[in-house]
Amino acid sequence: MARVVLEVRDVTKRFGGLVAVREMVFDVHHNEVLGLIGPNGSGKSTMINMISGAFAPTAGAIRLNGQDIAGTSAHRIARQGVARTFQLVRLLPELSVIENVIAGAAFGHRKRWGREAESFARQLLERVGLGGQITSAVSSLTYINTKRVELARALAGEPEVLLLDEWLAGLNPTELQTGIELIRSLRDEGRTIILVEHVMDAIRSLCDRCVVMSSGAKIAEGTPSDVLTDPEVIRAYLGADEDA
Amino acid sequence: MSKRDLRNLTLASAALGLAALLPLYDTGYLLSIATTMAMFTVLATSWALFSGPTHYISLATAAFFGLGTFVTGLGFQTLPMWMLPLIAAGLGAVLAALVGLVTLRLSGVYFVIFTLGLAELVRQLVTWVQNRTGQRGMYVLTSITERDIYWQLIAMAALVFLVGWLIARSRMGFALRIIGNDETVAKHSGIDTAMAKILLFMISGAVAAVVGAMMAPRYIYIEPSTAFAPILSFQVVIMALLGGTGRLWGPLAGVIPFTLLWEFISRNAPNQTLLLLGLAFLLIVYVLPGGFVGLYERLQHRFGSGGR
Repeated sequence: MARVVLEVRDVTKRFGGLVAVREMVFDVHHNEVLGLIGPNGSGKSTMINMISGAFAPTAGAIRLNGQDIAGTSAHRIARQGVARTFQLVRLLPELSVIENVIAGAAFGHRKRWGREAESFARQLLERVGLGGQITSAVSSLTYINTKRVELARALAGEPEVLLLDEWLAGLNPTELQTGIELIRSLRDEGRTIILVEHVMDAIRSLCDRCVVMSSGAKIAEGTPSDVLTDPEVIRAYLGADEDA
Repeated sequence: MSKRDLRNLTLASAALGLAALLPLYDTGYLLSIATTMAMFTVLATSWALFSGPTHYISLATAAFFGLGTFVTGLGFQTLPMWMLPLIAAGLGAVLAALVGLVTLRLSGVYFVIFTLGLAELVRQLVTWVQNRTGQRGMYVLTSITERDIYWQLIAMAALVFLVGWLIARSRMGFALRIIGNDETVAKHSGIDTAMAKILLFMISGAVAAVVGAMMAPRYIYIEPSTAFAPILSFQVVIMALLGGTGRLWGPLAGVIPFTLLWEFISRNAPNQTLLLLGLAFLLIVYVLPGGFVGLYERLQHRFGSGGR
């Protein structure tokens, strides 16, 4: 198996008395798309926020290429090679489309500036299907295009690990197909991706492996077809026996 | 350097050069107003360097300015004059760094209130020290004329414009724009947001302290209540916003009309100056969001696209 890029070891996050994530353990390998799935409120976003440095874990270790990044600040983690998109798209409204992407290139894992950053951003925008709208204002973009810009920004630092937090949420059926194709093409390029997702089609067709969370803990891990037929996973999604 | 940069550089040098000739023409009332304008130009432009892109409104200008006047007040008899602005710059930067470390984690309105409180805190502290030591204000009697002060300020303006131009083209300037748009995105893109904000705040604070140090001889007598007068902070903010912080020349476009209006009102109706401040603020918020720069860009946009 390919080398381990990201190791999550016994990571716990408490918010006061609430345990949002409990002793999570999983690995992400090079060139792998790992699905992080589970019902609403199961702690997926908290997990992503800890990997990207938005929150510090209460306990446990997160190692990126062997180096512990748990609890370091978000900008350091970004420079070490973790890039992310946000559950609710966050663009920089006063900046043009291409500047939004350069923002990801100028300070990230692999830094570019000036002409080099501009031509790289241009390439990425073409890559995500936005080649024609480079100088547009971000306010003029359609919903899926805002997601494309955000994706290009995350790719711009050439991260070791890309975290996509429900990147496909809110797309209509046609856009969804386009979106899945786009992420599949990233996968084929050999990128390492953690995908937090609810869309089952996407999980089945994109993920090499899935980690399933429920109430903050890992309840299953394996290939998408295995975990999606696991009785405990079905129970977690559909509720307890008496409702089924 | 592009053609446009070269044109802007030529224009700016010509304007500054022309401004520097003024004392040869008049050393009376006109120079007095021009000195005030030059002072506010430097203060408002350096204020906008930090607050423009980040949208962190600082009301601490008076604290830095006052600090600078006291550096001159305490040091002009024992130290060479050229050293005083340098010391003021150092102290201003240190004070700004301290304030930055404590407050720049605060956002929005909390930051505004803290900076306003800071100016007051420094003023009270100086007053307290003076009361303990039995001092009152102090006289700054030097051979420095208003003309010298004016030239110093013009040089300072040139420096601030140059620094602003360099920052705007740098990674640092870009980082600040990103911070102003969305601090969370900035952090996750790899920007050390605290460091970027503190550095710019230090530049801004150092400049305000230098201006204070240069202006002290003009006041002749300085005491905490005038040196740290909070109204200065508000004037700087209003002028910068009236002009607009989107361009480097924006604050200047606010300083000129506002200083003239302020002068007119304080001569004819000295009790109504605060009213003017309030009205100007309302005007900016309701009629001129983005200041004159915003208006200019809207017009340019309208006629630029209409013409083609």
